[in-house]
Amino acid sequence: MVTENDVQHIADLADVGIGDAEPGMFTHQFNAILEYFDILDRVEGSGEVTRDLYNILREDEIEPSLSQEEVLKNAPATEDGFIKAPRVM
Amino acid sequence: MAGTITFEPIDRYNAFLATCNNASHGSGKLAGVPVAIKDNISTKDIETTCASKILKGYIPPYDAHVINLLKAEGAAIVGKTNMDEFGMGTTTENSAFGPTLNPCDTSRVPGGSSGGSAAAVAAGMVRMALGSDTGGSIRCPASFCGIVGLKPSYGRVSRYGLIAYSNSLEQIGPLGKTVNDVSTLMSVIAGYDRHDTTSQDKPYNHTPAAEIKGLKIGIPQEYFGNGVDPDVAGVVKKAIGRLEELGAVTVPCSIPSMEYALAAYYVTTSCEASSNLARFDGVRYGPAPDTKKPWHDAYTEVRSAGFGTEVRRRILLGTFALSSGYYGKYYAKAQVARANVRADFNRIFKDVDVIAGPTMPTVAFKLQEKSDPLSMYLADILTVPANLAGIPAISVPCGKSEGMPVGLQIMGRMFEDERVVDVAYAYEQAVN
Repeated sequence: MVTENDVQHIADLADVGIGDAEPGMFTHQFNAILEYFDILDRVEGSGEVTRDLYNILREDEIEPSLSQEEVLKNAPATEDGFIKAPRVM
Repeated sequence: MAGTITFEPIDRYNAFLATCNNASHGSGKLAGVPVAIKDNISTKDIETTCASKILKGYIPPYDAHVINLLKAEGAAIVGKTNMDEFGMGTTTENSAFGPTLNPCDTSRVPGGSSGGSAAAVAAGMVRMALGSDTGGSIRCPASFCGIVGLKPSYGRVSRYGLIAYSNSLEQIGPLGKTVNDVSTLMSVIAGYDRHDTTSQDKPYNHTPAAEIKGLKIGIPQEYFGNGVDPDVAGVVKKAIGRLEELGAVTVPCSIPSMEYALAAYYVTTSCEASSNLARFDGVRYGPAPDTKKPWHDAYTEVRSAGFGTEVRRRILLGTFALSSGYYGKYYAKAQVARANVRADFNRIFKDVDVIAGPTMPTVAFKLQEKSDPLSMYLADILTVPANLAGIPAISVPCGKSEGMPVGLQIMGRMFEDERVVDVAYAYEQAVN
């Protein structure tokens, strides 16, 4: 069972915010969904995964890329060719 | 011949989020063919929002690999189609820009999440469209709108430029009115791309062939069991009977891991979504955060206003499932479940060539019929197994129930996309 406090805590962790009416709604829905997820308790097996795909890595070489102008084009706040972000301290 | 086409459709179904009224095109296999693109696929200089307020105004500075390939074959990119926000949904009602309506019955949803692409094709606004399929998002709307949609094998189509939601499952794929159109579009978009680290060197150069004599088709009992509308099951059984008349042999089979496949799917996608969508904070694109505020406050403001309820619900679920003390119970178990789904398919495919069943357990829902998230999730039960296993799956129209289209789903062995296309083609040719 998750509680409204749990939901509020997760919302804080995920930086998604939560409206006044939402803790109750999400708590109710999560408990129904998590109850359904309990079926995973019945899963048996080693979980050993045979992977057909592996990451394909390349040498770290300089290649043409987007220009600074293109990269900054969508940023809502820039200064001297940098992107402005909220303060972290 | 290169040129420009005029594209000014009357969009009765809210299928498009953006249109290019004068779309230029080159020459090639798709010269001048109007192609619609799901709005989670990056298109240079054309707004790409994933149907989310958090990307309103975002103009990609580059084209997705599939867009480059389409342009190289002369296609005209005529617009961006509506979808469930970031691909999270089964109805296209979770769009920040209003739902898309089903052209077959406007009181119903077109399915999702590639509902705009499917509606645009079904309504005849475009000949073909691209969608993406994480747990059925191409096949579901194809089924609900009465068109053809293919989820390719994982790794066959590059996802460079696809705005990620659940990387370990999603694939870009084609939608069209006919199997031939879907096959043609697949031949243009498939192939190796070094910009996608999961890309496989498996080009698709195939012309559909309707010969299925002696083909062995597995019929899983779970695809005709509880939760599947009996009338829909009946229509699909009749279609499979048609395949038998064409010389195919059916073999009963069972996928026991179906019991927990859906739970494994939703745990996996929610976890991946919570990580993937962390990038949307308004700093590099999207609405501006208040840079004077502490970063948690600033990001929370942007994200609570920018994400819709379903997106926030899945981010919360994923954050919870990955949190300390729950990882083993949910995510780790889901990966074991996933290995079991793959093992079930591998076992069945030793005896049969393809597996057939309904694409969706019902016909298209009425608008706002599925208001409870869990009941909405349950509708994906027949499509998620193919994504969990990575195998190819196609939906082809096979009749009607309640006057609405029903889709026949054909799943195949890994990288045997050609074979599922052939079976769908054989059916389509036999009934038309």
